[in-house]
Amino acid sequence: MQWHSLGEFFAMGGYAVYVWGSFGATLVALLAEVVLLRARRRKALRVAAMPQDLMP
Amino acid sequence: MSSATKINWFRFASPPAFYPLAGQLWTLFTVLAVGFAAVGLWISFFVAPTDAQQGEGYRIIFIHVPAAWMAMFLYVVMAFWSAVGLVFNVRLASMLASAIAPTGALFALLALWTGALWGKPMWGAWWVWDARLTSTLILFFLYLGFLALQAAIDDPRRADRAGAVIALVGVVNVPIIYFSVKWWNTLHQGASVSVTRSPSMASLMLWGMLLMVMACWMYAAAAAMSRVRSIILERERHADWVKDAVAQSR
Repeated sequence: MQWHSLGEFFAMGGYAVYVWGSFGATLVALLAEVVLLRARRRKALRVAAMPQDLMP
Repeated sequence: MSSATKINWFRFASPPAFYPLAGQLWTLFTVLAVGFAAVGLWISFFVAPTDAQQGEGYRIIFIHVPAAWMAMFLYVVMAFWSAVGLVFNVRLASMLASAIAPTGALFALLALWTGALWGKPMWGAWWVWDARLTSTLILFFLYLGFLALQAAIDDPRRADRAGAVIALVGVVNVPIIYFSVKWWNTLHQGASVSVTRSPSMASLMLWGMLLMVMACWMYAAAAAMSRVRSIILERERHADWVKDAVAQSR
């Protein structure tokens, strides 16, 4: 373990913007995709449950 | 193996048979993705030592390399299923290609983004028109082209065929990306992890990176399974089996 404090961990030896900018963007992007996937599934299920003549 | 115990894999080319299997695979891949990510992130941030030359900034490779590998790998998988769909006229194969594309595009974007955040402190530039970087940008545009073309065509089977053409023409770009650091005198380094350095250090970094690759791979597989299930429901919405499947999932 190379961190002696939480502050040191977040500072990333002066590379905080770059390291957290990379991992943060990845987290946000993957979470956004998961939200979109869930929304698409819910919509697909809703449409599939409709009576045939009302389907788009 | 007797024929009675053999699984007929071609059965799963039919959407009604694949739909429940994809649901089970989604669960499996999600659990694996979370597990690999937990261990991979632990090694990336708490076990892997500080790099002698790049300090803590090198930790970006733990997400940059997996994202870049996935962007290339997913394109090849997408092109493969596109080809199967095109040549053998298998609808499910084309649906899989369409299900992979958005996740591949996302990883290509993340590879470019994390690469820029690595390039600024290490090279002093967010972006250079280097062979590796430029060919990765082209990969991202190929994904966008595939998605835009499919979105523009209403008939799903025509959209499948048009997408397959882009996917198959664009796949030549993948070996260009891979070998770009050898073929051209690029700024991008060859291997991210040096094995000539202190061996234990390099192996810890390598393990962290490989676990993160597994996490991204399993994530991409789970995302593709979820998306292909929605695509199947959207395209087969008039079929009777969909009514039963929907009734069960409520």
